[in-house]
Amino acid sequence: MLTDSGSKQRVFRKGHIGADDFLFVADDAPLADRPVIVTVTRFLAEKDRLLSRPAPLGVRLEPAESPELLRSDLPKLKLIELHVGYFKDGRAFSWARILRTRLRFTGEIRVTGHFLLDQIAFFLRVGVDSFTLPGNWSETEVEKATGLISNVYQPSADHRPTILDLRRRATVTATAAE
Amino acid sequence: MYRYDEFDARLVRERAEQFRTQVMRRLNGELSEDEFKPLRLQNGLYLQLHSYMLRIAVPYGTLSAIQMRKLGSISRRFSKGYGHFTTRTNLQLHWVRLIDVPDILHELAEVEMHCMQTSGNNVRNVTADPFAGAAADEIEDPRILCEIIRQWSTLHPEFSFLPRKFKICVIASEHDRAALLSHDIAIQAIRNAGGEAGYRVCVGGGLGRTPYLALEVGSFVPKPHILAFIEAILRVYNEAGRRDNLWKARVKILVHQLGIDEIRRRVEVEFAELKQSGMLELPPAEIERIAEYFAPPAFDELSGDSPEFESAKRQSRPFAAWAKTNVHDHKTPGYALATISLKPIGLTPGDCSSEQMEGLADIMESFRFAEIRVTHEQNMVFPHVRQKDLFHLWQRLDALGLATANHGLVTDIIACPGLDYCDLANARSIPIAQEIARRFADPGLQADLGELKIKISGCINACGHHHLGHIGILGVDRKGVENYQILLGGSGAEDATLAEILGPGFDNEGIIGAVENVIETFRQKRAPGERFLDTYRRIGAAPFKERLYAH
Repeated sequence: MLTDSGSKQRVFRKGHIGADDFLFVADDAPLADRPVIVTVTRFLAEKDRLLSRPAPLGVRLEPAESPELLRSDLPKLKLIELHVGYFKDGRAFSWARILRTRLRFTGEIRVTGHFLLDQIAFFLRVGVDSFTLPGNWSETEVEKATGLISNVYQPSADHRPTILDLRRRATVTATAAE
Repeated sequence: MYRYDEFDARLVRERAEQFRTQVMRRLNGELSEDEFKPLRLQNGLYLQLHSYMLRIAVPYGTLSAIQMRKLGSISRRFSKGYGHFTTRTNLQLHWVRLIDVPDILHELAEVEMHCMQTSGNNVRNVTADPFAGAAADEIEDPRILCEIIRQWSTLHPEFSFLPRKFKICVIASEHDRAALLSHDIAIQAIRNAGGEAGYRVCVGGGLGRTPYLALEVGSFVPKPHILAFIEAILRVYNEAGRRDNLWKARVKILVHQLGIDEIRRRVEVEFAELKQSGMLELPPAEIERIAEYFAPPAFDELSGDSPEFESAKRQSRPFAAWAKTNVHDHKTPGYALATISLKPIGLTPGDCSSEQMEGLADIMESFRFAEIRVTHEQNMVFPHVRQKDLFHLWQRLDALGLATANHGLVTDIIACPGLDYCDLANARSIPIAQEIARRFADPGLQADLGELKIKISGCINACGHHHLGHIGILGVDRKGVENYQILLGGSGAEDATLAEILGPGFDNEGIIGAVENVIETFRQKRAPGERFLDTYRRIGAAPFKERLYAH
């Protein structure tokens, strides 16, 4: 459900669409007294002041910005926004994966910008939690688009059992039944 | 050959159903063409000059009789009764209708086939040595790793929106029958000094407007870690590959801009991390499970020479000619490999009619052939034929128009579809191939010239592998007129070399004469026993330039 909390952005998270709990703040705009997302440039310039605020802090990474830029500060951040400029630019998939499996980021990873309904399933696999929806998609549509393919071949940041795992289980079960 | 288990089968069915919903969203306007394009491309569907074209994956070039029969049926009902085998060992169907594609995908799924990742900026259909399982110097069947890669790359969540397409090839012999080094990743099964089997990995090959041969990035990758190593390369590429310019987005550009040493350093860092996580380590049981599908058939115990084969060659000159060019040594005594030429004189290279596909399926059933292979040279191969069956096989092929005795000869030309079909092309390829084949149709002349590989592309994207031709032809647009450049000295074999442009181009009649003059120069200059490529390497480009341009 979309609830009115002053934001028009719709965020999809864990199967539901809700209001955006974070506000993106441009580099020259004053900080609101609420959870905000800032650019990497602003974060690196005003790091101490930003981290001393009580409200949760997020940082936006543009497609060309690697999460390695934030390596030492990640434990202090609540959210990383991966901003997609154009849906064909697939770097965000690697940034999410790196955040999870190399940098062990445990906060929320959110994808914003221009992406397709059909990409959400891939984003969920590489460790993304939430999406600021660019389209007028309903919960049902998003759920359906992410559930079309039941099984996966590759291990990734979601740690879903792979087809290889399922094959092994089937073998173990078959052996046990003999 | 590999057979789907319940998980493979389900994924392919669900993917077909997913595409049906995407087609519906496109047809009712929910998706713009710009948004639909990458979705259809990931399912092999192109929009070309006259219609949609569907590219069906033939993983590592291997097909069963059931699959071949299905391709014949699909091409009859949904296209115009023929298909076109490509240098990527896939099958292209022109003239398909968008609305029919979900049904075609379902029919393919019934025979364990799909169109996934035959296009788009992802890991494409993996290719292999067409002589896999039959070559004497093979370390293992390269298709075992190909199938492992096929599964790993299918709907890969991290690498489905790469900067550009990504092609992987695997061979397991010293002899290269797959144009190995022209791939983004080139993998060769080898043994190290200790006798352990593993892989040599090269990266950054590719043709197109900036041709490069791949360079070594891993001298010996142990078997259990090969997927981690490949994923490390993809990660480096996805991060750093250029996305601002379509023509500079392939991994070959990154490799040659950063240098192979820097690429190797970055890959090693990623590889160490992936290896340590153990996520992609291949369990021996899974390698074994897949390897079992590629176990060689139970060969009959035969002596090395077949009297029936020898006698048939004496009795039929056409058969003897075919046996000389199209039959190859097999690792097992009494067996042979047979190449089926898709290059009948004057027809379209790589085309195969529905009747021919069904006829090949009939032959496979009669002779109990479990599989047929598609080659990157746009021909096909029966990998395990008893020598004593060759004459009967040849008769059956001849009845289908598939017994042209020209494998490796001047009329065995690779050509892309060109401007007759493709909206990227600048010039026609097919009529040039047809006319050259007609000029050199005489079997005696072809035999006299020996191995001579002509490869023709209708544009700079090089689908016809012109850089790898002993004689390469590149069609360009010159002020609105088709113009053809000639290149010499390329090779896609184990002595891989990129061909060099000889000089200014020719119009569509002039190029035929130019090829004739190049070949005539070869005949005058060759030493006994030399192939065209040997002569060119010995005497260089100058005599050919002199002949073509000195007046």
